[in-house]
Amino acid sequence: MPTLDTLTFDDESFQAHVADFVSTPWLQNLKREAWAEFQRLPMPARTDETWRFSDLRKISLDGFKPATEPHTEEREALLDRSHLVDGFAGRLVFGDNHLLAFDEVDPELAAKGVIWKPLPQAIREHPELVKKYLAAEDHKLGGDKLRALHYAFLQGGSFLYVPKGVEIEKPFVAYYWSCHCEEAIFPHTLLVAEDNAKVNFVDYYGSKECDCDCPALSIAAAATVAGPGAQVFRKVVQDYHLNTTSFQLEANIGHKDAVIKSLALNLGSQYARMENQTRIAEPGANVHVYSLTVATGEQEFDQRTLQTHGAPSAFSDLLYKNALLDKSRTIFSGMILVEPDAQQTDAYQTNRNLLLSPQAEANSLPGLEIEANDVKCSHGATTGQIDDDQLYYLRSRGIPKEVAYELLVFGFFEEIIEKFDNEELKDNVRALVQRKFSNQ
Amino acid sequence: MSDIATPDIEIDRSKGNFSFKEDYKYDAGVGLTEKTIDYISDVKGEEQWVRDFRKKALKIFKDKPLPTHWASKDLETINFDDVRYYLSKGQKASRTWDEVPDDVKETFERLGIPESERKYLAGVEAQFDSEAAYSKMKDELAKQGVIFVGPHEGLHEHPEIFKKFFGKVIPIGDNKFSALNSACFSGGSFIYVPKGVKVKQPLQAYFRINAENFGQFERTLIIADEGSEVTYMEGCTAPKFDTATLHAAVVELVALKGAKLQYITVQNWSNNVFNLVTKRGMAEEDAEVRWIDCNIGSRLTMKYPGVILRGERARGEVLSIALASDGQHQDTGAKMIHGANNTTSNIIAKSISVGQGRSTYRGQVVMPKHLTHCKNNTECDALLINTNSRTDTYPAITVRGDHNSVQHEASVSKVSAEQIFYMQQRGLDEGTAMSLAVNGFVNDLVREFPMEYSVELKRLIDLEMEGSVG
Repeated sequence: MPTLDTLTFDDESFQAHVADFVSTPWLQNLKREAWAEFQRLPMPARTDETWRFSDLRKISLDGFKPATEPHTEEREALLDRSHLVDGFAGRLVFGDNHLLAFDEVDPELAAKGVIWKPLPQAIREHPELVKKYLAAEDHKLGGDKLRALHYAFLQGGSFLYVPKGVEIEKPFVAYYWSCHCEEAIFPHTLLVAEDNAKVNFVDYYGSKECDCDCPALSIAAAATVAGPGAQVFRKVVQDYHLNTTSFQLEANIGHKDAVIKSLALNLGSQYARMENQTRIAEPGANVHVYSLTVATGEQEFDQRTLQTHGAPSAFSDLLYKNALLDKSRTIFSGMILVEPDAQQTDAYQTNRNLLLSPQAEANSLPGLEIEANDVKCSHGATTGQIDDDQLYYLRSRGIPKEVAYELLVFGFFEEIIEKFDNEELKDNVRALVQRKFSNQ
Repeated sequence: MSDIATPDIEIDRSKGNFSFKEDYKYDAGVGLTEKTIDYISDVKGEEQWVRDFRKKALKIFKDKPLPTHWASKDLETINFDDVRYYLSKGQKASRTWDEVPDDVKETFERLGIPESERKYLAGVEAQFDSEAAYSKMKDELAKQGVIFVGPHEGLHEHPEIFKKFFGKVIPIGDNKFSALNSACFSGGSFIYVPKGVKVKQPLQAYFRINAENFGQFERTLIIADEGSEVTYMEGCTAPKFDTATLHAAVVELVALKGAKLQYITVQNWSNNVFNLVTKRGMAEEDAEVRWIDCNIGSRLTMKYPGVILRGERARGEVLSIALASDGQHQDTGAKMIHGANNTTSNIIAKSISVGQGRSTYRGQVVMPKHLTHCKNNTECDALLINTNSRTDTYPAITVRGDHNSVQHEASVSKVSAEQIFYMQQRGLDEGTAMSLAVNGFVNDLVREFPMEYSVELKRLIDLEMEGSVG
């Protein structure tokens, strides 16, 4: 909702922003190119296949400007809430792109070469390493203009580098808070695991608690690079305020025999678009992508996924579950792309939509593009209601209808929630989901 | 076990690959302008409203862009200015074979048309380029009030029946190629089956392209009145010319309350034909529309038969087999638009990609809000024969409403080495084993075709596998 004096991303605010990066000319160049790209690219149009079914009226970049620093009270309130997982290996908290808290990695791990730093600090101290991975992957799912804006104004962010053979059980956690009205945040997570490293990561996207009715914008980007034999498990919780417009542009790259797990829980925002692309770059990689969305009110969740098999003998599996209440909408558009040389590929894709209201709308576009013949590929998409037979079964055992109904719905959620293997996290996530569901 | 030898498959199109010299009485020349439209309308002696309909369509055709933002870029190679839009020998559709011009008669005799008519058909129409050369229906059906004519006769002689639905199921501007058809349609079938009449044997149309650079734009409208039943079959062939040929048909089906309408296609155009066809049926209360579709020929086929389920308990079905070999792209699929409570739809699509062939499934299933108890089931299976074969699946499903359910499944596989090994071990050679496996893959769908067609389909697949392995 642009106000009279519409704020916008203009050249003046960009020049002011980019001037801060004078000490790193390569980053300045990257930002200038991104800014030029942002100005050149048109907004998504109805005829773009990657935006099919999206309600483009819900997407506007007008009225936003880069975020300003939160004041002390806000900082404290946000820090109080940054406790999704307390048994962490490292923690970073950002409020409106500004660093609020930094819990460093154990010195023992640091001595082994683990780097855990806010992105600006990592850029200063390890420029070659960051340069190698930052914005390195081509984006293929339609959010190019948003991605360009992200890199043009990228400021905070988390950087984690785990060297060869280092295994860390406890998760690293990054919190990205959105505070102020009409301001845009650009969360960024860059996660690199070298050969045979093992690491867990949690991203949390949330908003300051307020009864306000003004829009906020988040354009987040994340990249996970799993080297040969590495095991990376990344969990993402998106719980923004209902006035937020959120974009998450995510890329996973799996090298030889790497294992990547990506798990997303989506609850917040008026419009939330997730673009998740996975590229299997070398043989033997094993990738799992899971997501659970609880959509209420007039929320729209716009999910685009791509599983690219660029090398043979790899496995990928994707499961997106959406529960829809009220007048909510979801779009699942998935693609499995098997390149000509990627023989012996096993790739699967499943979308399950649970319609809990006659006014909700679920759209499903499960796609396959297969250019190799020795493959096992399948996709499935179902949309339906709570099964009457299951409901009957529970009721015949004396369970009241409402309770039985809720049990079955939570059963639908639980398939994904149980994959948040960390007990503390699992409990907190379950509480978030139940709170959202029972606020109906 | 080592990889199965990849068969080098030749498709049997010898049967349709011949042509006769061209001596047309009416030729609208190349390119499409208002003059072309006037020429066609003059030759046909059409009423003003049909002429206006054509001209309106021409404008829409010219204004609409090619759908290349999602469809194959191959469409851009069609040069609409080089196409000949109307060719006819000035023949009236004959009622007996003796009256059919000799070369046309020979064409259809070589394709086995009169033979099959004698055997099992209730009515036949044979179209040669723009106009029907032969049209005959059993007398008893005529007595029952069944009408089986071309679009010109339909609109001219039975306007009270056909005008009501003409262009209603598929509006002119539905897509660029339906607009093209609406501008220069000629030939095709207009069929009306009166209330309660059950036509036991199928009606058949046979479409033949004889001239190079020709565009065939037949138009078919079938109306099955309340409680009636009818099956319609179409076959198509063309000789293999050096330049591309265009075929853009529009087929509209209307099944009124309780009617059953079944439309069967065996498409075996030569592989330089662009086959861009719009097919849609409308099913009223308790009615059923079934599309049984087999695409073997053409260079690029884009065809997504659809059913609009308008009345309660209406049922729609699409069964589709596509075979894409070198140089072919079979872009087929289905659309199911649910518009009333308790409607059900079923889509089963199987494709086989051979050599560098590409087969694509594109589907759309829509269940709008305020509907309850609608069901859709979609299954798409793709079989890839060679290492460089390609298949794509692009379904789009939108569900709202209460107690509606949709399930979609797709799988991609190749003929398993174990299957082939098992059969070889029992004494079958590799080629026979391969052929059996491929036939097994499509068998449950082939069985849905009438006997004569299913035998032909099996023979075709056998032939392709013959000499391809070992």
